[in-house]
Amino acid sequence: MIKTDILIIGAGPTGLFAVFEAGLLKLKCHLIDALPQAGGQCSEIYPKKPIYDIPGFPEVLAGELVDNLMEQIKPFQPGFTLGERAETIEKLEDDSFVVTTNKGTKHNAPIVAIAGGLGSFEPRKPLLENLSQFEDRGVAYIIKDPEVYRDKKVVIAGGGDSALDWGIFLADVASEVTLVHRRNEFRGALDSVEKVQHLKDAGKIKLITPAEIVGLNGNDKLESVVIRKTGDDSDIILEVDNFIPLFGLSPKLGPIGDWGLEIEKNAIKVDNTLDYQTNIPGVYAIGDVNTYPGKLKLILCGFHEATLMCQSAYQTIFPDKKYVMKYTTVGGVTGFDGSKKEAPKAVVKAIN
Amino acid sequence: MTDIKIKIIDREGVTHEVDAPTDMNMNLMEVVRSYELAPEGTIGICGGMAMCASCQCYVKSEHELPEKSDDEDAMLAEAFNVEENSRLGCQLHITEEMDGLEVQLAPEEV
Repeated sequence: MIKTDILIIGAGPTGLFAVFEAGLLKLKCHLIDALPQAGGQCSEIYPKKPIYDIPGFPEVLAGELVDNLMEQIKPFQPGFTLGERAETIEKLEDDSFVVTTNKGTKHNAPIVAIAGGLGSFEPRKPLLENLSQFEDRGVAYIIKDPEVYRDKKVVIAGGGDSALDWGIFLADVASEVTLVHRRNEFRGALDSVEKVQHLKDAGKIKLITPAEIVGLNGNDKLESVVIRKTGDDSDIILEVDNFIPLFGLSPKLGPIGDWGLEIEKNAIKVDNTLDYQTNIPGVYAIGDVNTYPGKLKLILCGFHEATLMCQSAYQTIFPDKKYVMKYTTVGGVTGFDGSKKEAPKAVVKAIN
Repeated sequence: MTDIKIKIIDREGVTHEVDAPTDMNMNLMEVVRSYELAPEGTIGICGGMAMCASCQCYVKSEHELPEKSDDEDAMLAEAFNVEENSRLGCQLHITEEMDGLEVQLAPEEV
């Protein structure tokens, strides 16, 4: 069981900055995120896009902002459970919470701060009637262990980087790789597009474009897919062992929606007059995941919400302690790793 | 201030005729959100960067619209329920030439 003071769900900019504000109050944080890396949307969707409304930064790339936040919170040694989705929450007798991920990792903390953004990123699934029937029976949206595809006949759908990259990788593993895409053009790194061209010329990847997979056949497991070429009514039946649709990720509120929290407009209702606490005492929601009158989904608003949340969390954890907010220019930053940053002291010395 | 009229058929099939300002630097996705014609969290998820297809719509009228950018084209190549007349609302900047435009919101991806 991982124990911490504030368990933060979501490692986007808001969740990361909460670590800093908590650290100033000597509270330890642990973050859970469904993505394999920190940064949330900033890393996953638009790392190379510039942001112009972070106070003090006339322009910063989303990816850089995440790097900076990671640097800023480093002294406070946050823990991370990445690549796992927070699944259930349970309240213990001592009023602390246990949050368990989809992989069974358990976390215990007196405070839970949901900084879940738009939700956890889930693979986008094509609209095929019997798709779910074949999940883990030939259909997978994420490639966990490439060896599963050794000497198998594999069809990949999609036209982005992941479709190209896995096509290239599996060309050496699978007995047959077919790439199906709705366009003739692929969007990916130039290098990947050229490699696929090369593998196609060498007969190691079969390309069917512009086309779409419109049906799945099989009994206990997937046996074939139906491929329809654009503008051609005669469908192709392709015998395959595996179908891997790679259409990117899209965020879903997911299991958090079942935690008994008050939900409005796909977001969690919080008390914005005080501390961004939800209807469950001890559970807060900050950043894009929350809603209140006048809510704006801006990173800078998330930072503010994280700061007030930490103050309230401190009072919840230490109800009897008195605390006065200190400016970092005055108090400096003392990390849990023993590091200390502070303003250089002025000297008082006569000049003769 | 100049407003234009746009007809928007929501995901339930209800037609709304709305005023859209041409001088507020708005796009079609934002117009839909400002009138709450689709629930928050189901449209404009990426914020308008052509990086999701939650604002996909079908253009029903014969208006000449600006060409798709490479980003929009590529996103539509990965989206579902795509038709010949599909566009991403976030990439359609509201201009006076769009007066009388008719669009239908594409179904929500689940």
